[in-house]
Amino acid sequence: MNMAKLTFKTDNCKGCSLCVYACPKGILQIATDKINKKGHHPAECIDMEKCIGCASCAMMCPDCIIKVER
Amino acid sequence: MSDKILMKGNEAIAEAAIIAGCRHYFGYPITPQTEIAAYMAKKMPKIGGTFLQAESEIAAINMVYGVASAGKRVMTSSSSPGVSLKGEGLSYLAGSDLPSLIVNVQRGGPGLGGIQPSQSDYFQSTRGGGHGDYHMIVLAPASVQEMAELTVKGFELADTYRMTSMILADGTMGQMMEPVNLDLDVKPAHEKPWATTGTQMAREHNIVNSLSLVPEELEELNFKRYDRYKVIEENETMFEEYKVEDADIVLAAFGIAARVSKNAVDEARKMGIKAGLIRPITLWPFPKAPFKAAAEHAKAFISVELNMGQMIEDVILATESKCPVTLCNRAGGMIPDPKQVLNSIIEVNGGMK
Amino acid sequence: MAVVFDKPHALIDVPLHYCPGCTHGIVHRLVAEVIDELGIEGKTIGIAPVGCSVMAYNYFNCDMIEAAHGRAPAVATGVKRADPENHIVFTYQGDGDLASIGMAETVHAAARNENITVIFINNAIYGMTGGQMAPTSLVGQVTQTSPYGRDPKACGYPIKVCEMLSELVGPEYLERVTVNNVKNIRAAKKAIKKAFQNQIDGKGFSLVEVVSSCPTNWGMTPKQALDWIDSDMLPYYPLGVYKDRSAEQKEAE
Repeated sequence: MNMAKLTFKTDNCKGCSLCVYACPKGILQIATDKINKKGHHPAECIDMEKCIGCASCAMMCPDCIIKVER
Repeated sequence: MSDKILMKGNEAIAEAAIIAGCRHYFGYPITPQTEIAAYMAKKMPKIGGTFLQAESEIAAINMVYGVASAGKRVMTSSSSPGVSLKGEGLSYLAGSDLPSLIVNVQRGGPGLGGIQPSQSDYFQSTRGGGHGDYHMIVLAPASVQEMAELTVKGFELADTYRMTSMILADGTMGQMMEPVNLDLDVKPAHEKPWATTGTQMAREHNIVNSLSLVPEELEELNFKRYDRYKVIEENETMFEEYKVEDADIVLAAFGIAARVSKNAVDEARKMGIKAGLIRPITLWPFPKAPFKAAAEHAKAFISVELNMGQMIEDVILATESKCPVTLCNRAGGMIPDPKQVLNSIIEVNGGMK
Repeated sequence: MAVVFDKPHALIDVPLHYCPGCTHGIVHRLVAEVIDELGIEGKTIGIAPVGCSVMAYNYFNCDMIEAAHGRAPAVATGVKRADPENHIVFTYQGDGDLASIGMAETVHAAARNENITVIFINNAIYGMTGGQMAPTSLVGQVTQTSPYGRDPKACGYPIKVCEMLSELVGPEYLERVTVNNVKNIRAAKKAIKKAFQNQIDGKGFSLVEVVSSCPTNWGMTPKQALDWIDSDMLPYYPLGVYKDRSAEQKEAE
């Protein structure tokens, strides 16, 4: 069962990928097939089922675009 | 309460500031204005105010910027070299539309110069003092009584127009002792809804700021500021006229130079020369109207200054080049005596005819 | 499900202008979280510097003032003294602002133990103007104005602000932290919270130096920049508490 939920404010993402490195489960990636309003490839979660809601990604995000629920 | 007290000009400024409700003073020692700081250091702690000797003139003016941002009456004082250091802060105060009172008790320059009286910061004061398009209201007292009255006036004008008022005095005015009536009329302070005092979670946040990166917006801010300056020019210009109505020779002088000039006018009149004096009290806005009017009947103007000729440029502009304007001056801390001014009047008059 | 992490209220919901991966955003958020947790937004006045974070006034929900370059501690002194009982005042300054042009204001505010909170971002470079040498640039560091690497013979050694200020009797609290990983971010937040709490408690000058990254002007990816903090910055700028008067007094008792 899904333990946690991440919501990305995708249009504010600058694709810096600090969240990707912070994630202990390795379930975040930079979506190279997508471009947001700012022209960046945004971060996304590829396997929400594995998310434990530790908020490491959100804490590392310089642009405060990730909301974490658990 | 109309008793007069014998006071130094510098002390009169300090006491008047307190009477005007100023409870924050920041300064740095420099001759010949240090009495203001000393007076504040003595008084402020006893009335719940702040006196702080800052680490520099630059810090002092920025502490002023901080208190002004919080919407309270605040002042600093210095003398010429110190005011140069404050130049940065003066520009930021203007750019952020903050009210404050700055006192410059001038001494001779440039550079470290001397410690004797001077009026050589006329350009610096009337043209703003720092970078960018802006003005300060510049008030030039010619007596210890005026040192007090213009200090109160300076705070009120600063609050009304959200800008800096400067008291432009000189070493003589600062050190001179005269009887003063301190029963000063102080109007209630303005509301300052723009001040940064904490939102109390009850309003949008206030921002005090002089940065504006969009040129169209910055231009608009400058236009608006100059619209305000126009209102000040129309409503707040102050000057004194002495025997100008029928004058052939009109002197222009402010501060201590005006006192000397008044004597010279009287002496010239005794000799049959129709001399008069226009004494600007606001140096910015400069009182153009009385000069323009006097140029209709005067034969010549003499600008009497304690510098190498600075106000003379405004006199030439205000008289629209209708009459010759000559300079009668001393510099470097020297003061012209009435005899020098009288000789200048006689010379311009073409002798004692 | 409950929300376990979201944007703090004290941070305005607008995109930040900082470069991708710049840690300014993290420190902004930490300051805002602390303001939220202490419930002081309504009485806080922040002072923005000149430098990359010049527009911080657009990001914090509390009242904000933009100061001249380096003068934030003097402006903060004025704001604090305007109403010491009711104003919580913090400055947010970079290394050029705090340790170069504004060093005098920094040292004297510390010496006076001015009851303010100073957040000092040390990223060893001038970011806003395009990557010039800072007072904290490391020896050998290549910048636009030290193109052959910072040569100490010509321009001296980088300034260790916390160590220097710790020699003063005045200041209450000095700590150096960093934000290059989750663990360090937690520690940084704790320090920032203490720096604000000290002010609430009337203890005086509290400065938190945050060793930060500038991927753009360091010429690195955001991840490389965080790693460079570990490999190059922290050996010269060790983390830790450099002064904590209250703790020292407690220990002495």
